[in-house]
Amino acid sequence: MNNEEIKQHIIPILPNAVFEETGDWLQVQVEVSEWKQFTRWLKSETLQMDFLFCLTCIDWSATATGKTLLTMVYHFTSTVFRHTLVVKVKLDRNNPEIETVSDDWRTADFHEREVFDLFGVRFLHHPDLRRLVLTDDFEGHPLRKDFEDPVNMIKL
Amino acid sequence: MEHNKKKEIETASQGNEQFPGEVHDLPGGGVVISSFNEIINWARSNSLWPLTFATSCCGIEMMSVASSKYDFSRFGFEVARATPRQADVIIIAGTIVNKMAPVLKRLYDQMADPKYVIAMGACAISGGPFFYNTYSVVKGADHVIPVDVYIPGCPPRPEALLHALITLQQKIKSGLTREQIRVEKPQS
Repeated sequence: MNNEEIKQHIIPILPNAVFEETGDWLQVQVEVSEWKQFTRWLKSETLQMDFLFCLTCIDWSATATGKTLLTMVYHFTSTVFRHTLVVKVKLDRNNPEIETVSDDWRTADFHEREVFDLFGVRFLHHPDLRRLVLTDDFEGHPLRKDFEDPVNMIKL
Repeated sequence: MEHNKKKEIETASQGNEQFPGEVHDLPGGGVVISSFNEIINWARSNSLWPLTFATSCCGIEMMSVASSKYDFSRFGFEVARATPRQADVIIIAGTIVNKMAPVLKRLYDQMADPKYVIAMGACAISGGPFFYNTYSVVKGADHVIPVDVYIPGCPPRPEALLHALITLQQKIKSGLTREQIRVEKPQS
């Protein structure tokens, strides 16, 4: 399925979705409230996105572009149709919360723990939301732009 | 002990080594006069077993030095041990992160005396490319355990590691490693 066909399939499900077609892959922005329902549809229905191959987060802090939000980025692909879709979800930076997808894609379990660890995004209904790479007593979320650690961080 | 201190440290490039002591030829054989300490240091320096320990790309160079092209077994390093209890020297080949630091300390503590440490590459010396703006990297392995020989490079050439290994041997023969000096101090 090419990008245009994927788009035509998504529009009836999410009438107010915002599309971006700057890269090779179709990108779609989804509201947090529609997120969980949308992922269920992605996996099971027409698109059969059975493989989540990238899950990450971007911090758009005030210093960067004037925006104060975190963006979750999910890369889905279908091993049946060989098509790919990028889904972005904007989160409130002061209270970042999103539904987990680890029940539908098991690989998301550790990826979400990593994002929680480094960005502080809370994944609702995640089975085991603990820090993954840093020590349990680590304070703060180091990949946030406003992370300060005067002991270990030596600034140029 | 005192004659150990007088010696200059021979660098690897100068390394002309011979059995420590004087040989007196006598009819039907000969007698070697030497100090026991020097013989022990000579023996130890020629049979240093490294610990199989590498945390990043310097480990690849270390493997290269172990393999046939460079072959550190020529100098007595061939028996790389997978357990610290049987190792004499730990080559810190790579970045030490905050989570690895207690592991490195534990490995070092488990090694039997006498033990020696080589810090290989920029990361092990100072944190290297991770010195600035990193929350996770130890800025030099010598914050965790004492180091005898430092090798600069990112990563160092295999020849540089060989040079460091030979330098460590020279240092042991001169009785000037950190541990040998520490043992000597209470006596003086």
